[in-house]
Amino acid sequence: MAKPNLAVNVAGIRMKNPVTTASGTFGFGSEYAPFVDLNRLGAIVVKGITLLPRQGNPPPRIVETPAGILNAIGLQNPGVDHFIEVALPYLRQFDLPVIVNIAGDTVEDYAALAARLDGVPGVAGLEVNISCPNVKKGGLAFGADPDSAAAVVRAVKGATRLPVVVKLSPNVTSIVRLAEAVVEAGADALSMINTLLGMAIDIRRRCPALANVMGGLSGPAIRPVAVRAVWQVYQALKVPIVGMGGIVTAEDALEFIMAGATAVAVGTANFINPRATMDIIDGIERFLVEEGVPDIQELIGAAHM
Amino acid sequence: MVADMPANIVQQEQVGPGQYRLTLYAPVIASCAVPGQFVYIRCTGSLDPMLRRPLSIHGVNRRKGEVLFLYQVVGRGTALLAAKRNGEQLAVMGPLGRGFTLPEPGQRVVLVGGGIGVAPLVFLGHELVQRKNQVCLLVGARSAHQLPVGKEGYTAPFELAVATDDGSCGHHGPVTDLLEKILAGEGADMVYACGPRHMLRQTASLLARFGVPGEFSLEERMGCGVGACLSCVCKTAGKGGEPFRYRRVCVEGPVFPADQLVWD
Ligand SMILES: Cc1cc2nc3c(=O)[nH]c(=O)nc-3n(C[C@H](O)[C@H](O)[C@H](O)COP(=O)(O)OP(=O)(O)OC[C@H]3O[C@@H](n4cnc5c(N)ncnc54)[C@H](O)[C@@H]3O)c2cc1C
Ligand SMILES: Cc1cc2nc3c(=O)[nH]c(=O)nc-3n(C[C@H](O)[C@H](O)[C@H](O)COP(=O)(O)O)c2cc1C
Ligand code: FES
Repeated sequence: MAKPNLAVNVAGIRMKNPVTTASGTFGFGSEYAPFVDLNRLGAIVVKGITLLPRQGNPPPRIVETPAGILNAIGLQNPGVDHFIEVALPYLRQFDLPVIVNIAGDTVEDYAALAARLDGVPGVAGLEVNISCPNVKKGGLAFGADPDSAAAVVRAVKGATRLPVVVKLSPNVTSIVRLAEAVVEAGADALSMINTLLGMAIDIRRRCPALANVMGGLSGPAIRPVAVRAVWQVYQALKVPIVGMGGIVTAEDALEFIMAGATAVAVGTANFINPRATMDIIDGIERFLVEEGVPDIQELIGAAHM
Repeated sequence: MVADMPANIVQQEQVGPGQYRLTLYAPVIASCAVPGQFVYIRCTGSLDPMLRRPLSIHGVNRRKGEVLFLYQVVGRGTALLAAKRNGEQLAVMGPLGRGFTLPEPGQRVVLVGGGIGVAPLVFLGHELVQRKNQVCLLVGARSAHQLPVGKEGYTAPFELAVATDDGSCGHHGPVTDLLEKILAGEGADMVYACGPRHMLRQTASLLARFGVPGEFSLEERMGCGVGACLSCVCKTAGKGGEPFRYRRVCVEGPVFPADQLVWD
């Protein structure tokens, strides 16, 4: 069989394969450059960016749980101007669509970020984080309520011509309702899922294990929840989905694709295996060859029969 | 050069209660590691526990391509590591982080290790002796049988003094008492330390009092080990009016100048 086609298109973001990185787990790319060939990634989603620099939460910021981790980084980042001046020029050297994950405390923050990044060379799209469980203001407050989520999306869409991917939280009663609200407000694509709100106790010190008390659960432990979310939203809406949550192997990634994801993002797995993204791309290609599937498109949503 | 590859266990030996010395065949790491750097080791092939474990480099044999570690079993990851036998393989990433800045040749240097914190200092001590520095290693532990190095029979090419909390070996009291005596007497040009937080804090205040520069190797909980996840931060002096700034132990450290650290 000829080499299968792995290329996908997420709302205008053209990816040479469906594998991207989950925001916050791959820095700004340079950190993993000793281990991976950045040119081989379908796209990169960078660490969440805010208008002004943020210090983040005090340590400990991470704790291990069965097949997962809880993190409470608190969106530490150098701010959008520093990102554009320092991190982006580095990424522009590569043949790699850069998706910028943005977060704000107010609707105006999101709009200002979108405007600031509009037309900046090297930015292929925005991922709007309305779902971070680790910041007190904003974040989840927007992601949990369909009306405020829609307001953020309208403001972002009004401020940029870039494709807008909206990142949804699983910490809601109905992720489908949220998805409908943001798509109606203009979201070009959805990404899901962000981390699940969780907590761990240090029984020797008799206190919460994270300084921030609660944190976001990620890793293989959350994969079934994430696959379910992708399945439900694919069933309800015709919109490209970037699926993530506990993807460690190519088989995990294919589960998301068959549930309805056009692309997938690899997060916590990078910490276990710095080459995880490369191994997953290779594994997907091998699967297509083995199954005699000429084009990855055939598998998107294939489990919905 | 940073590598991620399987490394064979050349030797795993118990050296004390829950304390092990591990020798890995990892020529790439052995060829370029400097004292103070660490590696990020997968202790198991399964996903629970999932994260790798950071261990300081305790020594290298560049000719044989071997890297040494000295570690204490504290939880699940290190217990799994201790159960690995000679000939088994481990995935290791390294060398990671920034090591110690080396002093001028000939300078007098004191190394202060609290418990298993001596691990990176022994590598540093050997390097410093080769550079013709005058080196004294101070080791503190709760009691004689918990001394990771410094017991009878341990040979090092540098001066060694021991302190124990219960007085069962060497000075009766904290290891910082020994440092204080040196700083008040013959003095030192540079102090390097690694150990529990309270020991480092006490060392920092001695260094400030005697006006001696120092560098500390810190620990924080890690996710990626390469600077991407921002899990492993510690508080350091801020610039231009900021009260502090978080820096990543895995890339900006694990070694930091003592006067840059913010204790609270
Ligand atoms: C740069 C660096 C160098 C180190 N060098 C050595 C060494 O040479 N010898 C040695 O004995 N120990 C060293 N440590 C500490 C060692 O990494 C921890 O004791 C070990 O990770 C504990 O893992 P565990 O699974 O046994 O414990 P658990 O308590 O089960 O660990 C659970 C989680 O916490 C993390 N964790 C727990 N304690 C620490 C800690 N103190 N630092 C970082 N992560 C931690 C683990 O990685 C894991 O994610 C070093 C730590 C760092 C950061
Ligand atoms: C350390 C860490 C930091 C994260 N930071 C962000 C962030 O800045 N913005 C965001 O939208 N999601 C962030 N996430 C969530 C991930 O992008 C992803 O949605 C989640 O981890 C699930 O995927 P995984 O199980 O493959 O890691 C972070 C996750 C982790 C583990
Ligand atoms: S462990 Fe990820 S930034 Fe240090």
